[in-house]
Amino acid sequence: MTAAKTDKLAEEVAGLVKKFGSDRSSLLSILQAVQRKHKYVPDFAQQEIARLLDIHPVEVYSVISFYAFLNSKPKGKNIVRLCNTIVCDMAGKDKVEKAVKKKLGIKFGETTKDKRFTLEHTNCLGMCDCGPAMMVNDNVYIQLTPERAVKILQKVG
Amino acid sequence: MKFKAEKKKREGAVLFSGYTRGEGIKKALELGRENILFELKTSKLKGRGGAGFPTSTKWMLTAASRSDVKYLVCNADEGEPGTFKDRVLLTEYPELVFDGLVIGGYTIGAKYGIVYLRGEYEYMLDFLESYLEKMRKDNLLGKNILGKEGFDFDITIRLGSGAYVCGEETALIESLEGNRGEARNRPPYPVNTGYMGKPTAVNNVETLASVPHILLKGGEWYAKFGTDKSSGPKLFSISGDCAKPGVYELPWGMKIKDLLKLVGAKNTKAVQVGGASGICIPASQFDRILGYEDAATGGSIMIFNKKRDMLKILKNFMEFFVEESCGQCTPCRIGNVKLLEGVKMIEKKNYTLHYIDELKELGKTMQIASKCGLGQSSPNPFISILENFKDEIFDSHVNGGSHVN
Repeated sequence: MTAAKTDKLAEEVAGLVKKFGSDRSSLLSILQAVQRKHKYVPDFAQQEIARLLDIHPVEVYSVISFYAFLNSKPKGKNIVRLCNTIVCDMAGKDKVEKAVKKKLGIKFGETTKDKRFTLEHTNCLGMCDCGPAMMVNDNVYIQLTPERAVKILQKVG
Repeated sequence: MKFKAEKKKREGAVLFSGYTRGEGIKKALELGRENILFELKTSKLKGRGGAGFPTSTKWMLTAASRSDVKYLVCNADEGEPGTFKDRVLLTEYPELVFDGLVIGGYTIGAKYGIVYLRGEYEYMLDFLESYLEKMRKDNLLGKNILGKEGFDFDITIRLGSGAYVCGEETALIESLEGNRGEARNRPPYPVNTGYMGKPTAVNNVETLASVPHILLKGGEWYAKFGTDKSSGPKLFSISGDCAKPGVYELPWGMKIKDLLKLVGAKNTKAVQVGGASGICIPASQFDRILGYEDAATGGSIMIFNKKRDMLKILKNFMEFFVEESCGQCTPCRIGNVKLLEGVKMIEKKNYTLHYIDELKELGKTMQIASKCGLGQSSPNPFISILENFKDEIFDSHVNGGSHVN
């Protein structure tokens, strides 16, 4: 990371700590904000957060490693999460899964070379009455067909 | 896609019956703390997340805890597979949920309400925040609510980040405090030592949403619905093989076969009651009733017809638990992996019934030895599906006589 980039990140983290507070209980909110913007929490941000919250950096890393929606490694600009629960499966998840994999040319757990998409599975999205469902970033899409799923990816791309 | 809240036309005796924002709070302030607790006790309302702890007792214990700071937490970490009732309540009936929180805050003496919203529901965050803003304008939140001197209460929404275990109340509190969502030992219970070490009541979305109606119409009125041990109506999240999936408000005590008829389920082979951590009920037991006294559930009902492969369903559930176990205690961390291995062995037809029986025993050990509800309930589908569908799963012809007892 260049000095200009780290300065900018430090400024950003300082802003978040000011917004959410420097108590440990603000940690998740701060991490979520960094994750939302960068799609992961860079090492440097982890260290800055730790410094400003007065905790050890490994405490920050420990929390990131626990939660499925927080990452310490870079991901694609758009994180696509397909619901893995049995009811979505019964509603035709497999076909959607195949179409999405074909469209992006990657397997689940991978990121496209151009870093535009990461594909993941997730557990129940709470859309069992209108599956198959997937999340793209923080939006949830329901009643997917292979065609609709591909169209959604084209649109957010 | 920008989320817009739209109210669907729904029918139900209590939650779906119609309500104006603030009505319940007004009534609560008229009644006073003791009468609120009395009405709740009379209503026999039990926790709607699934565990079924009496709400009046939880609030009484928190109210009785001595502390200058207390918290009321709304558990909106609806992660049980097959459950989506809280999604409907939060997006279509936020007035009930938030009024319930305000009433709870008043009753237990808390100034702070926190909604722990699962990360998957982030799409509704802006909508909920703007709703809270409206409440502040109407003086339903803030200082001296509705003119009641000294009654200050406000609500903040905090997001989860994709961890099923955070639906467990002590794991949820850990998460709120900025830690890994690992369950705590109990006692102490959150009602005494909760968020930031302060007395904290953690209530399910649906439990809180039930409170305004109970105060307006009386505990006795509410207790008339349902059965003796399971009072009131309940929201059921119905999904799977049926013509009309969705959220239904139905009285407790309904027979499973009647529910199936209502939602247009045909050729049903099995009903999973209570989500992945619940039990699987075969057609021969469809006379059983939904309620704390028989088939208890936080509302998840998944319907499987005769075409479905029960082993595949079980595998899906066990994969879920292996992924979602927090790893803190050994019975849950290792036990779920072992149970999933067993399912894969059956799938490959490379097993002995003796070993599968040993795994069932391991499941029973997990039920006793796991630290929190996750590991205590994750063996449920393993035990109930293998028991109730043994003819389908352990077909001796298919297995080429590999059974050795």
